[in-house]
Amino acid sequence: MKPTNIKDSEYFHKVVDCQYACPAHTPVPHYIRLIAAGKYTEAYMVNWESNVFPGVLGRTCDRPCEPACRRGRVEEEPVAICRLKRVAADFKDDISQYLPEIPKVKNGKKIAIIGAGPAGLTVARDLAPLGYEIHMYDDQTKGGGMMRSQIPSFRLPNSVLDQEVNVILDMDIVKHFNQYVTSLKDIINGGYDAVFVATGAPKGKDLPNLPGRWDAKENIHIGIQWLANVAFEHTNKIGKKVIVLGGGNTAMDCCRTSRRLGGEEVKVLVRSPFKEMKASPWEKEDAIHEDIPILENHVPKSFVSENGKLKGMFFEKVEAQYDDKGKRKLVPTGEPDVFIEADDVIIAIGQENRFEWIEKDLGVEFNEWEMPVVDETTFASTRAGVFFGGDAALGPKNVITAVAQGHQAAISIDKYCQGQDINDRPAPDVTLISTKMGIHEWSYDNGVSADLRFVVPQEDKKITLADRKKEVELGFDLTSAFKEAERCLNCDVQTVFMEDKCIECDACMDVCPTQCINFTFNEENEGDLRAKLLIPALNQEQDILVSDSLKTGKVMVKDEDVCLHCGLCAERCPTSAWDMQKFMYKTAKAGC
Amino acid sequence: MSYIKPKFEHPRAPKNALGYSRKEYEGSLSTLCAGCGHDSISAAIVDACFELSIEPHRVAKLSGIGCSSKTPAYFLNNSHGFNSVHGRMPSVATGANLANRDLVYLGVSGDGDSASIGFGQFAHVIRRNLNMTYIVMNNGCYGLTKGQDSATADHGSVSKAGSVNNFEGIDMCAIAIELGATFVAQSFSGDKNQLIPLIKAALSHSGFSLINVVSPCVTFNNNPGSTKSYDYVREHNEALSSLDFVPVKEEITTEYDEISVKMVEMHDGTFIKLNKLHQGFDPQDKLSIINALQVARQKDEILTGLLYLDTESVELNDLIGTVNKPLNSLTEKELCPGSEVLEKINAGLR
Repeated sequence: MKPTNIKDSEYFHKVVDCQYACPAHTPVPHYIRLIAAGKYTEAYMVNWESNVFPGVLGRTCDRPCEPACRRGRVEEEPVAICRLKRVAADFKDDISQYLPEIPKVKNGKKIAIIGAGPAGLTVARDLAPLGYEIHMYDDQTKGGGMMRSQIPSFRLPNSVLDQEVNVILDMDIVKHFNQYVTSLKDIINGGYDAVFVATGAPKGKDLPNLPGRWDAKENIHIGIQWLANVAFEHTNKIGKKVIVLGGGNTAMDCCRTSRRLGGEEVKVLVRSPFKEMKASPWEKEDAIHEDIPILENHVPKSFVSENGKLKGMFFEKVEAQYDDKGKRKLVPTGEPDVFIEADDVIIAIGQENRFEWIEKDLGVEFNEWEMPVVDETTFASTRAGVFFGGDAALGPKNVITAVAQGHQAAISIDKYCQGQDINDRPAPDVTLISTKMGIHEWSYDNGVSADLRFVVPQEDKKITLADRKKEVELGFDLTSAFKEAERCLNCDVQTVFMEDKCIECDACMDVCPTQCINFTFNEENEGDLRAKLLIPALNQEQDILVSDSLKTGKVMVKDEDVCLHCGLCAERCPTSAWDMQKFMYKTAKAGC
Repeated sequence: MSYIKPKFEHPRAPKNALGYSRKEYEGSLSTLCAGCGHDSISAAIVDACFELSIEPHRVAKLSGIGCSSKTPAYFLNNSHGFNSVHGRMPSVATGANLANRDLVYLGVSGDGDSASIGFGQFAHVIRRNLNMTYIVMNNGCYGLTKGQDSATADHGSVSKAGSVNNFEGIDMCAIAIELGATFVAQSFSGDKNQLIPLIKAALSHSGFSLINVVSPCVTFNNNPGSTKSYDYVREHNEALSSLDFVPVKEEITTEYDEISVKMVEMHDGTFIKLNKLHQGFDPQDKLSIINALQVARQKDEILTGLLYLDTESVELNDLIGTVNKPLNSLTEKELCPGSEVLEKINAGLR
């Protein structure tokens, strides 16, 4: 096998599992170390630069980083990355001195952003400091988009959202709120140099053909609309018995909100088995904690009402069967249909985009699923100067994905307005610097904490269920935040091997706590080399680091899979052939 | 500097017959110089004991004084340990072994501890064929006192400061064979493939087993001109044989070429499979190995592998007919058999 090319920054980028998994590639270990050092404001700003909404995401992120966390492969649970982000937001000082300066004199380019959600706000934040004149359109009274209308206040307090949204809106953004855009043509004709469409997926799916759907429609609600009505205080109560249909995070928000608006017997009913629900495991846990049963394998069959008043619903019981390819089929069990009483039903089975306001003759093409044709790198549509991002671009995902897409779209918009090729993407900013401070001293804490994951404390259920706006999670205090931060394995401090210095004393191999370092003879193909290691490198998702030939003809092979980044290899190396080097990977931003 | 080893191990770390992983055989984090050959030997001891599925609490590790004698802190943390007086480890080992013959005795010493201050003890423990494994971590210098030449430094070897050694070096293996050792091997800390099976075989041998391991001192004796440096040993290493240790239960089914492969049955029923790299040499023929050692010395070669093995060895406890139970398990009944027995003994002496 050829020696690994560590000059290619993608190699070490992949070793930092959390950062690699994050759509915005936030440098997670870097800010976790800042939190451990008590530098909350700095930690917050590292996040802010990368993911724009640390306070929001520290409470509500889908956390793709956590399943990827190396700690989860070494012990039971990953580092509580998401909730540490919240610590940075909770304990930060005034950030105004760190914010970019907004030029008084603009650069003469006008940008329209339709939709003031996470994607739209990200583009605004990236472009406003460059001197663009930003016009932002939204039909809500305040910015924030789905973060405001769909995420309940007991998970995300308004004050946190307002602070982070206002930081952006204060960048000389021209607000056109309370204004529903009905025509893209009008916007284009409004003299804008570029248009960014970030209108999300605002239409909740319905069950229009289910028998009885329209008989008692006053008590049958669409999840996201209902949540928005609660958020904007148009709705403030619900019946005692509530059925929530759906197994995603919106369903979890609906059932928990129902419990706070008078719902006493709230049940979630899902078609799929419990473990295949789309909702994040922690959101399911929180719902169950609030005495909400989740009934799996129940397919809605009909609504039952009497004299225009909803009585309940019938469900068919099914079981999941899988074919050879693992494709799931829900097969009726043959048991009698189940009737569940309800005063109200909330349908939270998914959401869709809405593009009827985009005229068909503008050159913005749509595909067979009626989604705009969008380049997945540049986020350009088929009409020059019109860009898409967030849920409106590639379908509903999550906040952090919308932010990542917003960054990319901002780069494209900037290049487009400056007359550059939008397909010429800027490279990430990468540094690799030794952490060596002395013979066996490193500028990071290389001791490996054996603590198990700390649990974020919650407010008493009696209090939170009585007040819709009372935040459930209290967040880590600083003592547990420090301990949790110490669980991070510092995967961004890379084990860099320099074969020309190695004397093959085996010290690194002997000391490695997880036996991932090997000195062995090379093999033609990677599979054979992986198989012959001290502990075979079976996790194909993780790379192996292969050195060039050493003096004895052997090579050094390191399996990255469960490396603890403890630095013992480098400490026990007599010739500094190993060095612990801090790898920093920043994705390019507009104007860089 | 780290003083604590992370608790974690590889989630797929192999387990031995006792259900233990290698972790259960490890020790504390070494405080020797980074890159010390002794650490590799410690790791080989860990691997050997792990692979043999020895219960850690059945091992007694003993040492004298020196860098080498610090190493018992760095392996087998769950075993008994005795860090004794300089050069006096053999006496302590002898006493312990006579008191409890059921334990596995592993002595670790260095060239200073064994070839200088403890040379007398070294000679006598060999003569008596004490049932123990005696590993000499031989780096040819006094590493703990800044690298003066030791008694095993080869004639002509150049120290780090540039001075040439004018004295003859003691050949630990040749001396041991001369004194009647029943298992003698030589190896190199940088060659675990050879060292681990040698340690396993030594631990399985009944009687005295010496393994002299050339173990470079990275700080004071790894310089050009040294005959105990990583580079020199790699260039001059002449392996007599490569060997596999075959556990007792494993059936020997594969056919082998009797000219190049020799199966030696050990006392406990295990086998050593010797793949001979040198013809005309037989580890069970004392004359052939004494000859081979002399020839190697003339050619500036370091012979490694199993040098000599006497499978008919009778260990000390059997030689002097000690009680076959550990002393701590003897009860008053056995220790004070009563006046009748005393009478008999007294009568026998009259």
